Amino acid sequence: MTPSPVTGANPLRDAADRRLPRIAGPSGLVIFGVTGDLSRKKLMPAVYDLANRGLLPPGFSLVGFARREWEHEDFAQEVHDAVKEHARTPFREEVWQQLVQGMRFVQGTFDDDEAFERLRSTIEELDKAQGTGGNFAFYLSVPPKSFPVVIQQLKKHGLADQTNGSWRRAVIEKPFGHDLASAQELNEIVHEVFAPDQVFRIDHYLGKETVQNILALRFANQMFEPIWNRSFVDHVQITMAEDIGIGGRAGYYDGIGAARDVIQNHLLQLMALTAMEEPSSFDADALAAEKTKVLGAVKLPKDLGRDTVRAQYAAGWQGGEKAVGYLEEEGTDPDSKTDTYAAIKLEVDNRRWAGVPFYLRTGKRLGRRVTEIAVVFQRAPHSPFDTTATEELGQNAVVIRVQPDEGVTVRFGSKVPGTSMEIRDVSMDFAYGESFTESSPEAYERLILDVLLGDSNLFPRTEEVELSWRILDPIEQYWDKHGKPAQYPAGTWGPVEADEMLQRNGRSWRRP
Amino acid sequence: MKIDLTDITASKINKALVKARRAIGTPAVGMVLTLVVVTDEENAYDALKAAGDASREHPSRTLVVIKRVSRTPRDRTQSRLDAEVRVGADAGTGETVVLRLYGETADHADSVVLPLLLPDAPVVVWWSVGAPRDPAKDPLGALGQRRVTDSYAAEKPVDELRARAESYEPGDTDLAWTRITPWRSMLAAALDQVTCEVISAEVWGEEFNPSVELLAMWLADRLRVHVRRGVSAGPGLTEVRLETTGGPITLHRPDGAMATLALPGQPDRAVALKRRETSELIAEELRRLDPDDTYASALRFGVDRLGGARPAVSRVPAARTPATGGTPGLPDAVSSAASSEASAALDRVSPPALPPAAPPLSRPATPPVPPSGSTSGNASGDASDDSDVSRPTPAQMPPVKKAETPQ
Repeated sequence: MTPSPVTGANPLRDAADRRLPRIAGPSGLVIFGVTGDLSRKKLMPAVYDLANRGLLPPGFSLVGFARREWEHEDFAQEVHDAVKEHARTPFREEVWQQLVQGMRFVQGTFDDDEAFERLRSTIEELDKAQGTGGNFAFYLSVPPKSFPVVIQQLKKHGLADQTNGSWRRAVIEKPFGHDLASAQELNEIVHEVFAPDQVFRIDHYLGKETVQNILALRFANQMFEPIWNRSFVDHVQITMAEDIGIGGRAGYYDGIGAARDVIQNHLLQLMALTAMEEPSSFDADALAAEKTKVLGAVKLPKDLGRDTVRAQYAAGWQGGEKAVGYLEEEGTDPDSKTDTYAAIKLEVDNRRWAGVPFYLRTGKRLGRRVTEIAVVFQRAPHSPFDTTATEELGQNAVVIRVQPDEGVTVRFGSKVPGTSMEIRDVSMDFAYGESFTESSPEAYERLILDVLLGDSNLFPRTEEVELSWRILDPIEQYWDKHGKPAQYPAGTWGPVEADEMLQRNGRSWRRP
Repeated sequence: MKIDLTDITASKINKALVKARRAIGTPAVGMVLTLVVVTDEENAYDALKAAGDASREHPSRTLVVIKRVSRTPRDRTQSRLDAEVRVGADAGTGETVVLRLYGETADHADSVVLPLLLPDAPVVVWWSVGAPRDPAKDPLGALGQRRVTDSYAAEKPVDELRARAESYEPGDTDLAWTRITPWRSMLAAALDQVTCEVISAEVWGEEFNPSVELLAMWLADRLRVHVRRGVSAGPGLTEVRLETTGGPITLHRPDGAMATLALPGQPDRAVALKRRETSELIAEELRRLDPDDTYASALRFGVDRLGGARPAVSRVPAARTPATGGTPGLPDAVSSAASSEASAALDRVSPPALPPAAPPLSRPATPPVPPSGSTSGNASGDASDDSDVSRPTPAQMPPVKKAETPQ
């Protein structure tokens, strides 16, 4: 008898054994800016939920780095509170006990060499006490201006060095620059310290189940793909609407605006997934290749003044509450030209999509919070019914609802019951919550796990980021030089200019 | 909303379902599968509760089949079907029909269930208690592509496992197997972290818990090493110990909630390994509806080829290299002596005489094992323990031994 060697292939692992979850190897996560909102509301609960689902390795360690004067216990308490408040899965004491053993806090500022030395010794201590094996991911939940400092400090103190087969990864959040030049600069800084395949750019939209479902819907089914092209599709609308204003984030938001904040990353990624060709396989390289091809084929409208719209919300009533206008928000420059609403028309120059417009819009203080992709089909070329019968019939549509109320809606015409022939639009609905688990993993859960596993399927790459800026930069430059933002009352679906932009092509925005 | 129907037929139940859905204003059906729960009056409440909780993750139509025992010959000739239709808040996220079958109807439960299955959706049959010997051939089992049994609820779990192995059809699965998923994933994660060869393994757990056997069989099947079972006070599984060339790997859970994972050359780590509720087990079962080949392979390894228990004190030193052509660790003579002793002991307790297999043992008075186990091998093993002598690859494995069915 020969016992199977455990080197390389683990005999207990078997591709056919699909009950066994993908558990990350020994590792730890270091969060910079751990006192921030994102960390408390998303990252800490996600780490707990992962542990609760049994997806974290035994000995997983969580290190917080921030300026605050905390002891390890204070940090653990903070995480505890954040978990209790925001975690999706029920709180279980034994899971908490498992996690708390690997929690450490390092106090310091980003330019403090001593603090980074302490961080290094903390990591070494964790390798000994928790068996993390030198594998650490650094989550940079910090303002963009601190990126370079932190990255340089990591390099200076040898924290980015991968030794004896261990890994060090960097996780960075948007914004990835504010234009192409700054994005390239940022990439240079990061790639000087971390290899490109060890850099994970979080676009939390890509971690959402519904977004991954775009690929399943398109490529696992036979009934959608044959009509997913210019012969049948009239146009595509991708919407991300928020009902909130900028809140207290004027400092960050002013000068950035909706297009840079949302279109450059989320909407262009959604568009790439909607428009791309079938990847040869579901691995990171193949996916990135297809997305890159689509983003590279995007064509800007000739007349940017006609086919783009930007606007700011004015005072108005939002869902029964009075809302102030953007320019009256605390901390905004009263002469600000920052857009809180942006709508653009893009085309994809390839055989599949030539001539099909993709309308992308995003805004704050719109009717309600919703993100969706609507693929609107052409009308039937011939109708045997007379015009009165089909008066109320719109265009067929497949709508992928990304959030909230995740699901897919198919809209088509149906006969109204009765003796006369009358055809009206009806919706056929698939709701995630109805057919699958209500506790589907949160986007950050999935993404953190993927970082620890080193799986980069759901992370945009350098080329994608740069291509997206190439699409957006000319629009932003045009806006800088021409005119000023239109105004729309808070709580409505955007400025009339945006409606006119579609009317010129004989189309209209969906009310999501 | 709850509708009680007495002495009716399946088509009337269908009408009642449609009516109930209309009444609460949700005529759309978003359910993804039909779960048929076969149980008795005693276990119906718990099973129904578990199915209801699981339906939050998998909205389903739950059909609970309760066969009523008739106590007089007159009752037995009267066949009757009662139903209780629950829709809306009373039925989790799906709809539930509790079917009570009297008299002859009880023998034709499939005729009641068939018209009530959701169109074009998968069917899962779950026997919360009293699973048939051959689930796939059972009239109700034949309706489902997934048949869930629970050998933990059986009178003689080890016999049950033998029967399951014999009658296995793709789509069969057992909750005793579902229960060990966290253990299996933790052990797999542990082996990810070390570079060494596993020489032998031990699994400890409470008596009459088939999860012990299933975990042991899985380890034996995957690692191709000798695996022993040991009996402890529980709760559930308590310890897995893998002897490797680099030292022992242990996963120890004394209290049913927190476990300690010890790897050679690494600090001990606490891992949460809670015993799960039935609803969580059912939810896991419903997550994948394709045949579980890993379960099949582990099950077919055969309970009888597992080693029995031995005292915890006589552990083999960790650094031993495997002896070629034989079982490292315990010599077979000792192993089989121990097993026959224990099965003799067991025979006294359980009336139907079993073949002298190697059921789990309650710490027999075995002499401490000499650590340098000379593998006295081939001749000494008793007939039922033959496969311990040299471990064949799965391809060479003999067919699963037939247990005498005590009927």
